[in-house]
Amino acid sequence: MTKSELIEVIATQQPHLAQKDVELAVKCILEQMSHSLSTGDRIEIRGFGSFTLHYRSPRTGRNPKTGEPVALPGKHVPHFKPGKELRERVNQGYLEELEKSS
Amino acid sequence: MALTKANLAENLFDELGLNKREAKELVDLFFEEVRGSLEQGEQVKLSGFGNFDLREKRQRPGRNPKTGEEIPITPRRVVTFRPGQKLKTRVEGYVGRE
Repeated sequence: MTKSELIEVIATQQPHLAQKDVELAVKCILEQMSHSLSTGDRIEIRGFGSFTLHYRSPRTGRNPKTGEPVALPGKHVPHFKPGKELRERVNQGYLEELEKSS
Repeated sequence: MALTKANLAENLFDELGLNKREAKELVDLFFEEVRGSLEQGEQVKLSGFGNFDLREKRQRPGRNPKTGEEIPITPRRVVTFRPGQKLKTRVEGYVGRE
């Protein structure tokens, strides 16, 4: 499912909202989530999961073309930990698939 | 402070003028639809933010950490998140706080 498909399914379930408004809302949600992480704030969505930052220490990398060492500074990367409900539902879906195919 | 669904709904109210009930429903639906797609075994790609991918894990040996007893970990499907380039670049700039 892509962002535009997500917007469509939400719009069909909220018929009183214009598709354009749903599109804006989805973009607004994603923008706020990105902004929150970029300022070091975690995101906690119960039943879905949490997003935090993980720190990567500075390291010496190499220019793959010349083999020359390059100093890479430390940085933060986004990390997602699925919540209990998401984990269970995804796995349940999988187990049902396995059962059907066997 | 952690960002929650309540903050996201509040922001839709402030920015888009949705009423509070609509805003809350929309935020709930957003996460519910992402979960639903993953539950059906379909990955979710949110360009600019990242992809929620699915990986199948085979059965592997495990152990009860309390008793030391050996028990197999059953095969399962798990969700992984791969941040998109745009999000990675934005987050990289965060220098930490004192």
